[in-house]
Amino acid sequence: MAAAVSIRGVTKRFGTDVTAVSNVTLDIVDGEFFSLLGPSGCGKTTMLRMIAGLEFPTEGSIQIFGEELALRPPNKRPVNTVFQSYALFPHMNVEKNVSFGLEMRKVDKAEIGERVAEAIEAVHLKGMEKRKPSQLSGGQQQRVALARALVNRPKVLLLDEPLGALDLKLRQAMQMELKDIQSEVGITFIYVTHDQEEALTMSNRIGVMNFGNLLQVGTPEEIYERPVNRFVADFIGETNFIKGTVTDDGAIRLTNGSVVHVRTDAPSGADVTITLRPEKLRIHALDADDINPARNQLPSTVTRRLYYGESIYYEVAISDGTLLDVRHENIPSLRRWDVGDEVIISFHRDAGEALLS
Amino acid sequence: MTLLDDRTSEEANPELEKKAERAESWRGFFVALPTYVFLVLFFVLPLIIIAVISFAERSRTGKPILGEWTLEWWIKLGDPLVRSVTFRSIWLAFLNTAFSLLLGYPFAYWIATRKKAMTRNFLLVLVLIPFWSNFLVRTYAWRTLLDSNGMITKIGEATGLWGKMLFTEPAVFLGLLYGYLPFMVLPLYAAIEHLDWNLVEAARDLYAGAWKAFRKVTLPLSMPGIIAGSILVFIPSLGAYVTPDLLGGSKTTLLGNYIVTQFKSGRNWPFGAALSVTILVIMMIATVIYFKKGGKTL
Repeated sequence: MAAAVSIRGVTKRFGTDVTAVSNVTLDIVDGEFFSLLGPSGCGKTTMLRMIAGLEFPTEGSIQIFGEELALRPPNKRPVNTVFQSYALFPHMNVEKNVSFGLEMRKVDKAEIGERVAEAIEAVHLKGMEKRKPSQLSGGQQQRVALARALVNRPKVLLLDEPLGALDLKLRQAMQMELKDIQSEVGITFIYVTHDQEEALTMSNRIGVMNFGNLLQVGTPEEIYERPVNRFVADFIGETNFIKGTVTDDGAIRLTNGSVVHVRTDAPSGADVTITLRPEKLRIHALDADDINPARNQLPSTVTRRLYYGESIYYEVAISDGTLLDVRHENIPSLRRWDVGDEVIISFHRDAGEALLS
Repeated sequence: MTLLDDRTSEEANPELEKKAERAESWRGFFVALPTYVFLVLFFVLPLIIIAVISFAERSRTGKPILGEWTLEWWIKLGDPLVRSVTFRSIWLAFLNTAFSLLLGYPFAYWIATRKKAMTRNFLLVLVLIPFWSNFLVRTYAWRTLLDSNGMITKIGEATGLWGKMLFTEPAVFLGLLYGYLPFMVLPLYAAIEHLDWNLVEAARDLYAGAWKAFRKVTLPLSMPGIIAGSILVFIPSLGAYVTPDLLGGSKTTLLGNYIVTQFKSGRNWPFGAALSVTILVIMMIATVIYFKKGGKTL
């Protein structure tokens, strides 16, 4: 596992009272699609800019393939960036935009022509070489930005919310394309996004950030199934929170007195919050006798029903008034419930995670 | 049915659009009418009068005699004296434009890149402060500075670098530079302030050093400001009257002064008129060339 990018104790302060990135340590593996995920202002873009050299860290070290370059100017780094707003040069045509980096590095003219043509073809913009950026659609501009960065064959490609400005359909198509391009060129991608779905579907690994801190690093599945704290659980996907206390035998006693079993690392007596994804809950009739014994059961009342097409959302209240969202697939084998129905909700022991609160 | 509907609407639309366009353009015309009238009365008409006068014979008082026509004044433009005055004027206007750009660009860049809007506005006000006092008064101040006892002359003598500059070409140049520098700084500031700095970062990311990024991105993108500023400096410099009149000597006559002389002591209105038309043509040619050259990089 060669580290493409090795970040050690990196902190970035703006002035005296703004800490954008706080003591981040992270290794990004060669060839991996790594996403930095978090809400706006969480420090993910600043982290990316420090790798690009557009900001310098206040403290810490950044190495790319073993080479220390925390304080090196951006033009002397083996990385290229796809900017959020594309930042295409408006006074140059597509070809000139793409060849810019190679020309700056004084690559041989014939080679520039070859590589530029190749890159433009790779992003399906053949025939548009002489157009100015203003004559291109958003998706096409996005492709130019990608070609302009990739043509330099960087060791690491940095992408700052590159799909943020595109509409949903185009964004989904570009997600696939980006993924394909990445596996084709085999370059390490570091992808900044606030879109958790995008991060989950595209990444090999995700780093979740908030308030400048790196909270959790893991595969999409690890992040979704085993969040380390409330913020991560809440930010990635939808979830329910139920408060409780760890009992002596490792179960959780809820505030309404019921006892449930879920995964936990918390010591006995600790106050915890259980996170439970809506799709992992099931609603049963009060007299149901076919519930798997490995599932916890809580009596509750249906308080709301929302029809989503592919699924149906129920809001149910357990006896202490805590409201939970339940997602049922829209399939005939799952009975429809009405508001006011007295029911039992169930969830598997491995479905939830009790986090220290 | 739908087909038919589509066709009728397609046929009806261009006509409707034309009508709307015409109505819109008439509305625009009425809004602009007062300005039109003003410009025609006080700008176009006098210009025509001047052009006509330049072909008239002159009376003994110097006024034109309408009805007796001649090309004498246009032929007189070829005189060596006229030519040297014209070239000196163009040269000084060019020099002034070049130096204004050289001094103005870094300054405008510096103002435009201040982070706080307050600081930027304050610096802009400083640029505008000279306009709060009369141009004539300010030019007289230069006269004092450049005279034998003036501070600038004393500094020059103390360092042995220059002597008394008043009534020489350098004095006129300094006066022009001083007078028109703000007209360069303001459009440059506007252009640089509107720059998308992401583009500079993109250039840096694509292996351009700071200077290369400036030359390849910042400079071409601030071209509109450079063009506007250059025109705003070149044109008034070419026709300058007060500055060369107060700071220059008899050997540094510029077109502006030369024209005034024709109307006053020279008693030759028609020749003054021919010179005025000439200066106008030079300005127009210079502007067109500049726009064409600059336009390519836009």
